[in-house]
Amino acid sequence: MSEKPPLSVLDRPNSYIGRSVPRPNARRLLAGRGQYPTDMVLPRMVHVAFARSPFAHARIRSIDTEAARAAPGVVAVATGADIARLCKPWVGTLDHFAGMKSPPQYPLAMEKATWQGEPVVAVVAESRAEAEDALELLDIDYEELTPVTDPETALDPATPVIHEDLGDNLCFSSRVDAGDVDAAFADADLVVEEEFHFPRHTGVTLEPRVITADYDPSEERLTAYHGSQTPYQMQDVYARHLGLAEENVRVLCKDLGGAFGIKLHVHGEEMTTCALSMMLGRPVKWVADRLESFVSDIHARDHRVRARMAVTAEGRIVGFDVDDLTGVGPYSVFPRTSAVEGNQVIKLVGAPYAIEHYRAALKVVLQNKNVMSQYRAVGHPIAFAVTESLVDKAAAELDMDPVAIRRANYVPDDAYPYKTASGMAYEQLSLQQSLDRLVEFIDYEGLRREQAQLREKGVYRGIGLGTFVEITAPGAAFYGVGGARISAQDGCSMKLEPSGRVQLAISINELGQGTETIVAQVAATELGVSMEDIRVTTGDTGSTPYGGAAWASRAAAIGSEATVRAARALRENILEVAGAVLQEAPADLDIRDGQIVGRESGEERLSVAEVGRVGYFRPDTLPPDFHPQLSVVRHYAPQGLPFAFTNGIHASYVEVDVETGGVTLLKHWVVEDCGRVLNPKLVEEQARGGVAQGIGMALFEECLYSEEGQLTNASLADYLVPLSSELPDIHVTHVETPTQYSEIGAKGAGEAGTAASPGAIMNAVNDALRPLGARVSAMPMTPERILTALGRI
Amino acid sequence: MYDFQYHRPTSLDEASRMLSGAEEASFIAGGQTLLQTLRQRLAQPSDVVDLGGIAELRGISREGDNVVIGAMSRHNEVAGSADVAGAIPALATLAGGIGDAQVRNMGTIGGSIANNDPAADYPAGLLGLGATVVTNNREIPADDFFVDMFETALEPGEIIRSVRFPVPQRAGYVKFDQPASRYALVGVMVSQGAGGVRVAVTGAGPSVFRVSEMEDALGRDFSADAIAGIRIPSDGLNADIHGSPEYRAHLVTVIAQRAVNAALQAH
Ligand SMILES: Cc1cc2nc3c(=O)[nH]c(=O)nc-3n(C[C@H](O)[C@H](O)[C@H](O)COP(=O)(O)OP(=O)(O)OC[C@H]3O[C@@H](n4cnc5c(N)ncnc54)[C@H](O)[C@@H]3O)c2cc1C
Repeated sequence: MSEKPPLSVLDRPNSYIGRSVPRPNARRLLAGRGQYPTDMVLPRMVHVAFARSPFAHARIRSIDTEAARAAPGVVAVATGADIARLCKPWVGTLDHFAGMKSPPQYPLAMEKATWQGEPVVAVVAESRAEAEDALELLDIDYEELTPVTDPETALDPATPVIHEDLGDNLCFSSRVDAGDVDAAFADADLVVEEEFHFPRHTGVTLEPRVITADYDPSEERLTAYHGSQTPYQMQDVYARHLGLAEENVRVLCKDLGGAFGIKLHVHGEEMTTCALSMMLGRPVKWVADRLESFVSDIHARDHRVRARMAVTAEGRIVGFDVDDLTGVGPYSVFPRTSAVEGNQVIKLVGAPYAIEHYRAALKVVLQNKNVMSQYRAVGHPIAFAVTESLVDKAAAELDMDPVAIRRANYVPDDAYPYKTASGMAYEQLSLQQSLDRLVEFIDYEGLRREQAQLREKGVYRGIGLGTFVEITAPGAAFYGVGGARISAQDGCSMKLEPSGRVQLAISINELGQGTETIVAQVAATELGVSMEDIRVTTGDTGSTPYGGAAWASRAAAIGSEATVRAARALRENILEVAGAVLQEAPADLDIRDGQIVGRESGEERLSVAEVGRVGYFRPDTLPPDFHPQLSVVRHYAPQGLPFAFTNGIHASYVEVDVETGGVTLLKHWVVEDCGRVLNPKLVEEQARGGVAQGIGMALFEECLYSEEGQLTNASLADYLVPLSSELPDIHVTHVETPTQYSEIGAKGAGEAGTAASPGAIMNAVNDALRPLGARVSAMPMTPERILTALGRI
Repeated sequence: MYDFQYHRPTSLDEASRMLSGAEEASFIAGGQTLLQTLRQRLAQPSDVVDLGGIAELRGISREGDNVVIGAMSRHNEVAGSADVAGAIPALATLAGGIGDAQVRNMGTIGGSIANNDPAADYPAGLLGLGATVVTNNREIPADDFFVDMFETALEPGEIIRSVRFPVPQRAGYVKFDQPASRYALVGVMVSQGAGGVRVAVTGAGPSVFRVSEMEDALGRDFSADAIAGIRIPSDGLNADIHGSPEYRAHLVTVIAQRAVNAALQAH
C-alpha cells in the first residue's frame, strides 16, 4: 500500500479544471439540433391561447363563451372557475419574511382582474390560429375599477385596496439597524445623498415561456415539456396543486433559449395548460408570443431608493441610511415571492465597505401592474448603483480620486472572516486585490490623461467604477428555511457503460450557460478519462437525481461538488473491479487517460473498457460474492456559511454627446473573483452577457406604464434592449479566491456582470457630466434625461 | 393574421385589375410594415397583391441630371448602388441606415414612401432632395406627396413606379435614431442644388416637413453656424415614449447642423 494520500481533483494529471475547453454541445446547437421545448410536437396535440384583461383593475361581471365554443377547431373553453376546479391556488409568501402578505392566486383571474394582461379565459383549439380566432368571439363584461399604479401613494388611505381581505396594499416591510446611525450622521463632516430611480424591466428571453403538457389519464401521469430553470420545483408544484402523485409528474427541459430568472416562477399560463391537458386527456401546448411575454413574464426592479452616506473629512465612510420603496404586482409571486429583491437591496448597500453604522428600510407595495419577481442579479444592480454613486459623489466633494476613496474604505483583504453591519458573513473577499488589478488592467492613469486632454477639445468622456459583492450558491437560507419546497442540494449519478464510457445525469441544468461543459470537465478530471467519454444528461426529473437546478449562480458551484463526489465514487468502484481482475490492492491503482495504471509507476495495466466488459459480462471471473458497483449517485449540499460571496469591480468608459444627450459606450472592463475558475471562457461569457443586461438597465430598458396601468411599450419596436451594435468591447480578467468550504472551491459567476455594470455606467456618465455641473440618478439614462440634467431642454 | 387571397401579377396593368376586382385589397412590396399589421390583426384585406413580380418596378439608373429608383428597389440595393453613391451619396447613407440588415434586404423605397411613417427616413430623402414620385398614371412632386401621418397623395389603387431624384450639388443626411428599430427620432436631409437649398425633417412631426428659415439662412451661408440659432417651435411636434416635443425640437437644430457638416464633408 502506498503512503501518499490520493491526489485531489485539482492536482490530477490532465486536469480540465481551469481550462477554456469548448462546449461539447455547441456543435449540436449550431447544427440546429437543439431540443428546445418550443419545438415539441406530440400526436393529438392541441393549442391554447389566452384572453387577457385589457384593464389593470376590473371586476369580471360575466363571461359568455358560447360563440367561442362553436368556432371552428375549438376543443375547449375554460374560465377561471373551470381551472380552479382542477388546480389549487397558491400564496407567494415565505415564513421567514415576517408579516408578509399576499392573497391566494388562481391560474386564471376569478372575480377580479388585477393587471393588464392577466389571463382570464383559455381557449383550446386544433391550431393556435383557430384558438386566437375564437378569442375574439368571447364576450367578457368588465367593470373598470380604479387602478393602483403609483408606489408612492399605494399606502395612502385614499388609494383603493387591491385585495380587500389584506386590509391594505402593503406586501412586506423590513428594517435593518446597526450601530448608531443618527449619531454617525450628526458627527459626519460630509453627508452625500440622492434619490435614485430604477424602473421596471423584464428579461426578454430569446425563446419565450413555453410548455407542452401531456396528461395520460390511464396512469394519472403528467409529462410537462416545460421551458424551466427549475424542473424539480415545478414537479413539486404541479403535483401539489394539480393533486397528482409526485412520482407521476415528470418535467423535461433539455435546451432552453435563455432564462435569466424569468423561468423559475409559477405563472398562471403553465398551470392552466397542465390543467387543460388533464381536462382533455390530450397534449396541450402554449408558447407565449412576444406581446404576451411583455405583459405576463415577471418584471423586475422598480425601486425608488433614497440614500445618504456619512463621511469624514479624510474620506472615511462611516455609515449609510437607506430607504427603498418597491412596487410589485398585485400578487407576490409563488414560490420565491416578490420581496427578495428589496430584501437584498437593504442588505447589500455599502456591502464592500467597512462600516459600522447602517440603517435601511424596505417597503414592498402591491400594484395593478404585471407581477414582479427575481431576475438576474436580484437587488444587486440597485444596491451597487446606489452605493457606488454615493461613493463617487463623496470623492468629488472631497476632491479625492475614486480609486483612492475605495481603497481606503473597502473591507481590507486581511480582515476576513468578516461580518457586515447588515449581518452578512464573508468568508474571504479580494476587494483590494481586485481594485489593484483593475487599475493596471485599464491603465487608469492613462485613461484619466486621455479624458483630460479630450475635455479641452470639448469631448466629454467619463470613467466609472462599480464594485460588487455578490450572493451566490445559497444553501437553504434563501427559500428552504422559509418553507419553500426548493432544493438547496443537487445530485449527480454516473454509470459506466460496458465500453468504458460514462453516462452522467445531474440535477443542475443547461440554460445556455455551459453546465454540460463544466460537469464533463469535472467528471473527466476526477475519473481520469477524456471529456469526450462523458455523456451528460440534464433537465429531466424522471431520469436525474433530485436537486435545485440553476438559479442564484449556484449550478457550477454546487453541481461541480456533486460531480466530483460521484466521479470519485465511480473511480473507486472501477478500481475495485480492476483490483480484483489484477489481484492488486485498488489503492495502488489509478485511472489516467482511460487506462487503469499503477498509482506510483503510472504503468498501464488495463483499460477502463476492459473493466466494463468484465464487470458486466463476465462477473463469473471475479471472486465469489463480488458485485461490481458501476453506477453511483452522490449529492452535495452547500456547507459553511449561508452564501458564497464573490466580489469584483467593473470600469466603464463612455462618451456623452452633450448636444443630443446620447451616450456611447467605449469600453467596459470586468475584474471578477468567483473563486476557483472552472472554465475561464465560460466565466467570461457569463460576465459579458451579464454586462449586456446591465447596459440595458443603465441606458435602455424600461417597462413604461401609463397612469391607467397600461403597459405602453410592450413590443420590441418600442421596448429597447441593447443590440450587439451598442455593446462595447468587454474585457474580463480573473482573481481567484476559492472558497475553503468546498473541495473545488468554485463560487457563482452567473450574475455578477449584471450586478455591477449599471452602477459603473452611471458613474461614468456622471463623471463625463461633472464639469458641466449636471448629474443623473434615474435609469435608464436616456438622451432626453441627460439633456434635461444639462438644462438644455 | 386573417386569411386572404394572394396574387402575384407580372405587369402594372394586371396589378391594377386585380386590385380593382377585389373587395378590399392591399399591395405588398417588402412586407416589412404590412406583415406586422396583418400579424397583429390590425388590417383584414380580402386580397394581397404582391408587386414583387413586376419587372418595370425594378432597377436603379442615372438619367441625365437625375437618378431614377424603381419602386421595388430594396434599401440595400439603393445603399449599394454605384449610381446612387456616385451622384447622391447622402441617399446611399440614408438607405444604408434604415433598420437592420433583414429590413434592408426586404423593405423597398415604394413601400416606405407609400406608408409615410412619420419616423421613416425616405420621406426626408425625397422632400430634402426635391424628388418626384412617378406613379402608373402621373407624376407627383415630393412637396405634394406627403400629406399627413401615414397619408400620401396616392389615390386608391395607384401604384408607385419609381422615384426621380435630381442630382444636387451637395447633400447630407443625419439621423438620431431610436435604438430598437433605428427609425428616426429626428432625421434631417439638407441639400443644395439647382432648386436652391432644401432642409427636410422627419421623425419630429406628424409628417415630414421643410424648415424654410434654415433654408434661407443656408442659402446665404451654407454652414452649420448659419443655422445654430434657429430653433423650431415644439408645438405640434410628436410626443411619444421615445421623446418629448421639446427634445425633438432641440434635436432638429443639432441634427440639421450635423447634416450641413456631412454635406460639406461629402463634397
Ligand atoms: C424592424 C424594422 C425597422 C425599421 N426601421 C426603419 C428605419 O430605420 N427607417 C425607415 O425609414 N424605415 C424603417 N422600417 C420600415 C422599412 O423601411 C420598410 O421600408 C417599410 O416598412 C415599408 O416598405 P415595404 O417595402 O416593406 O412595404 P410593405 O410593408 O410591403 O408595404 C407598405 C405599404 O405600402 C404600400 N405599397 C408598397 N409598395 C407600393 C407601391 N409600389 N405603390 C403603392 N403602394 C405601395 C403597401 O400597400 C402597404 O400599404 C423598419 C421596419 C422594421 C420592420
